[in-house]
Amino acid sequence: MTTRLFGERVPRVEDPRLVTGNGRFLDDLGHDALEAAFVRSPHAHARIVDIDVSEALDVEGLVAIYTYDDLDGRTGEALPLLIPHPTLTHGRTPHALARDEVNHVGEAVVMVVATSRYVAEDAAERVRVEYDFLPAVVGIEAARAAEELVHDDVPGNLAARMVQQTGDADAAVDAAPNLLELDLEIERSASMPLEGKGVLARWDPDDESLLVHTSTQTSTSVRQALAAKLGLPVDRVEVVTPDVGGGFGVKIVHPWPEEILVPWAAIRLGRPVKWTEDRREHFVSSAHERGQLHHVRVGYDDEGVLAGLSVRFWHDNGAYVPYGLIVPIITSTQLLGPYKPGVYRVEFDSLYTNTVLVTPYRGAGRPQGCYVMERVMDAIAAERGIDRTVVRERNFIRPEEMPYDHGLIFQDGRPLLYDSGDYPATLAKLKKLVGWDGFEAYREQARAEGRRVGIGLACYVEGTGVGPYEGGHIRVETDGTVVVSTGLTTQGQGHRTMLAQIVADELGVPFDRVRVTTGDTRRFKYAVGTFASRTAVMSGSAVALTARSVRDKALTIAAEALEVDVEDLEVVDGHVRVKGSPSSSIDLGAVAVLSNPLRYAFDEAAARATQFAAPADPEKPPVGPGEQPGLEGSDYYSPPRSTFANGMHAVVVETDPDTAEIRVLRYCVVHDCGTLVNPMLVEGQIHGGVAQGVGGALYERMEYAPDGQLLNASFMDFLMPYASEVPEVEIDHLVTPSPLNPLGVKGAGEAGVIPGAAAIASAIEDAEGLTITRMPISPSELFALRAAHRKETP
Amino acid sequence: MKPPAFAYHRPRSLADALDVLARLGAEAKVLAGGQSLVPLMSMRLAAPAALVDVNHVPGLDSVEVTADRVVVGALARHSRVEHDPEAYDAVPLLRRALLLVAHPTIRNRGTTVGSLVHGDPAAEMPAVLCLLDGFVTLRSASGSRDVPADAFFTGPMESDVRPGELAVSATFRRPPAGSRSSFLEVSRRHGDYAVCGVGAVVSDGTARVALIGVGAGPVLVPLDEPDDPDRVAAAVDAAIEPEDDIHATADYRRHLAQVLTRRALAEVS
Amino acid sequence: MTTVPVSFSVNGTPYDLHVEPRRLLSDALRHDLRLTGTHVGCEHGVCGACTVLVDGDPVRSCLLFAVTLDGAEITTVEGCCAPSGGMGPVQQAFHECHALQCGFCTPGFVTTVTAYLCDHRDPTRAEAREAVSGNLCRCTGYVNIVSAVQRAAELTAGLTAEDRS
Repeated sequence: MTTRLFGERVPRVEDPRLVTGNGRFLDDLGHDALEAAFVRSPHAHARIVDIDVSEALDVEGLVAIYTYDDLDGRTGEALPLLIPHPTLTHGRTPHALARDEVNHVGEAVVMVVATSRYVAEDAAERVRVEYDFLPAVVGIEAARAAEELVHDDVPGNLAARMVQQTGDADAAVDAAPNLLELDLEIERSASMPLEGKGVLARWDPDDESLLVHTSTQTSTSVRQALAAKLGLPVDRVEVVTPDVGGGFGVKIVHPWPEEILVPWAAIRLGRPVKWTEDRREHFVSSAHERGQLHHVRVGYDDEGVLAGLSVRFWHDNGAYVPYGLIVPIITSTQLLGPYKPGVYRVEFDSLYTNTVLVTPYRGAGRPQGCYVMERVMDAIAAERGIDRTVVRERNFIRPEEMPYDHGLIFQDGRPLLYDSGDYPATLAKLKKLVGWDGFEAYREQARAEGRRVGIGLACYVEGTGVGPYEGGHIRVETDGTVVVSTGLTTQGQGHRTMLAQIVADELGVPFDRVRVTTGDTRRFKYAVGTFASRTAVMSGSAVALTARSVRDKALTIAAEALEVDVEDLEVVDGHVRVKGSPSSSIDLGAVAVLSNPLRYAFDEAAARATQFAAPADPEKPPVGPGEQPGLEGSDYYSPPRSTFANGMHAVVVETDPDTAEIRVLRYCVVHDCGTLVNPMLVEGQIHGGVAQGVGGALYERMEYAPDGQLLNASFMDFLMPYASEVPEVEIDHLVTPSPLNPLGVKGAGEAGVIPGAAAIASAIEDAEGLTITRMPISPSELFALRAAHRKETP
Repeated sequence: MKPPAFAYHRPRSLADALDVLARLGAEAKVLAGGQSLVPLMSMRLAAPAALVDVNHVPGLDSVEVTADRVVVGALARHSRVEHDPEAYDAVPLLRRALLLVAHPTIRNRGTTVGSLVHGDPAAEMPAVLCLLDGFVTLRSASGSRDVPADAFFTGPMESDVRPGELAVSATFRRPPAGSRSSFLEVSRRHGDYAVCGVGAVVSDGTARVALIGVGAGPVLVPLDEPDDPDRVAAAVDAAIEPEDDIHATADYRRHLAQVLTRRALAEVS
Repeated sequence: MTTVPVSFSVNGTPYDLHVEPRRLLSDALRHDLRLTGTHVGCEHGVCGACTVLVDGDPVRSCLLFAVTLDGAEITTVEGCCAPSGGMGPVQQAFHECHALQCGFCTPGFVTTVTAYLCDHRDPTRAEAREAVSGNLCRCTGYVNIVSAVQRAAELTAGLTAEDRS
């Protein structure tokens, strides 16, 4: 019997290439290509008066310089607003090169193409751009004060205002026995993959075809965008995703200006052109996320049970909104977590500022929502003198209430309807894992040693696996190799391993015969992309369904060859065999030969297989009605709505009573993402998410000066944690299968990061006995909070 | 982030190096470890017309320990100094402070003398040079001079190296027998430049501390009465001039200066 | 464009190059020698993805001009493979422990750990963590990288024992 791989800790097939230096990332390709560099705006807000390239023209090795005026056809139009929404009344997107105004430091103004990146930067340095300065709008306060405008034609800097409610929440809050109001802030961070973006384009003038490699989370959509923008027939454009050095959301945006400009230049110049984003560019011209300000009114009874929740928040969307309102919509809905809010109302403003645009970063609005809700839970617990876990427990949606309809609309435009989950069980596991009930004894012991410790927790629910669809294609080659492709892309999650596990099980073939390709439009044309923790759910289900259909086809062909009924056959270890009579079998490679009536004996398999071929019926065509040659198939999975994973984190921190340094001593995770295809991969996702959560809570922030300069645009000053800053992670799983998909899986990619800031704020508050309303927090800020707290409570 | 072009010189002897430095004058910068210079060039914040690469000059990579001093040559990498057992025996503070300098990979290439010349006000080694009454020896085609620590650091990212000169060595004086020393700092991440740091040396009842991250350069504070906490606190507070930056407020740095001074003195007393 | 001659060996193979003085070692390795395993994550010496060994010691190749390495012996991630060309012990350990996800930072970890294990045969978990604390990884949260350092020590010890017998 073939070992079942679903649920096993199968080592990754991706690794041998990557650990030996044989990965192929974007800049590992195109050694023959010209290289591009950009002149980017040094000002946050300015009108372009003049561009003088004359000095740059003398640079040896310069090939071309382009400004907005060179852009022809649709390349000169504003980039698309990918996800419109009726409330997004003032959506603005950038041009590939700034037309007449720049709206953030880092916006591309001039493109330079040269024989090398060194030379391109030499030339870029010599381009003189004259600007007329405009006042910069930086930060949420300035944006909503609207004394100055980012876009002249957007009053109040207001891109969108959206309200969702299940009733009169403010009346419910006012009628409740207890009321709290909180102002809660969270600052900007960014995905910050270790590989920046990058594009390599090759135009074949004879074939009139364009081949583009780009470090993206969605190659199929880049292909469509390129064809539209460059005025090419879609079938003359192919987009391939090479190895991608991390994405975390920032590479789902498309097309980035450079994704248009590099292929456009390659066509004009008739030569391959490459652009590899450097770190400084990534800081000022890719996307950021997280910056939001929230005002909460909550009403609750004496037991701490919510009667009404009214949330108003302000989302800093940066200079443009190509990705629509996804982030604030997610905050506004996923804020509710595992709780019943009573009557709920949420209203947000999405505001323009003269800063880098904001699009999803792992978690995508959920960390902010979780932070807000969990701060509320802690505040209620403190106010009522109830244990923090008890308050949460009292507000949980009970397992018997599943599926649970919140009466709101989620990011995918579908109802916010939780499919499954057992929140009390998750919490019970977490309390046990971290030793919640024994913590007071530990605190006392630490206090006796002069140490200050605290414990905190946070709970979240994560909508994962949003539609509309993903597909899979599987072909069994005549040598028995199983070639799988799916259109979505991979940035390190181990998709090739995970999908191969599913296919090997479903098809009944050895794991090492399965080869998976992702993100290559030459292989698969229809896909959405890798975001929203959707690959296992979407592509996993799609390849499972595809494998089942290919298996059915193999059984039909084999039944004819072996002259038995389909019901009497099974597929084991790559062979179709008669149940109970294993000697009567045919390998899948031979079945693949039989599936194709054209049997030139190119290989031994084909020669061998002819012995199985039934005599041809002279009355029937070789490929009958409804049949197709080849042992292959495609299928798609399209869910009715998202499936909702959940998890709870507990953190123990130590704060230095003198220096205010903050150290995470323990980090415990209980996680429920339905069935696990490969627990090793899921745990890896959690580990990485937790590190980003710790980074977002204690280290990482985008520090903008009032004039819109990003003050920490380097790894020296944007403090991504090293191993020395990240704790060990203790994990326990709960498995509540999703009823929505054939595998019972829920997404796991983003989970680890969601409750980081919330849980750490809770723990610091517990250690310090003061209120935390703003994250991230540095030792310097904790020192200031202590001083303020001492003043208030002398 | 690619550096601008420059003329490259690879002298194979000290005399050649000094000759070419004399010829190029202010146009040239010395390339030793390059761990601070190269990123500045890649960001195009520095664009020297010429670099004089002294990595192939023999005789500059020594660490000499004598009865009263440790002399560190211009090409001695931080890690070489850190791992030198004799230097550790003579001046334990060197290793103690070097372990706080960035990460081992940077210390494998970065030089101790280079760090002094670079003069970052949050760097550790300038403070150590001050604490140990050290000096830097500068050679040029026309001669040699020793500049004591208190005159060498002339401002943030500035030191008293003149065009045509090469800092050939740094000399750290061995403290008297029975001395004790310490170096403590708070940094945002392990290996980052210090938000605030304090080195301390106590010998024969006298003490001195040197603080980093709280002034234009290392701030040396002699302490006449190290056992009187109030006077120590007052002396430190009067000497430092911390500023706000994106990582910490001046108030916090002022507070850390006190906490770390207290801790460093407690460790050595 | 003025070029300067420089000779060094990479993974045991001698090279005589003519490069522009400003050419970073990372670019010379990647684009002149096509050894693209060495990755560039920040180009200002903080992330460690470009770490290579120069005369056995880990250094940032983005902080070195290629011309300065005349006479040096350089080892890149490609040189950390087993003699057979398959995964060497550190690489094998990273694979076994799921110590990589996107794999972009991995070459810098592999070279760093390879050098570290020459002087540290049996690191504790805390020491292993310290050993990799100068390299950034955005995917793994380091938990499994720390495990891989310890596993690599075991595998290296096993290989050494094999050599002896």
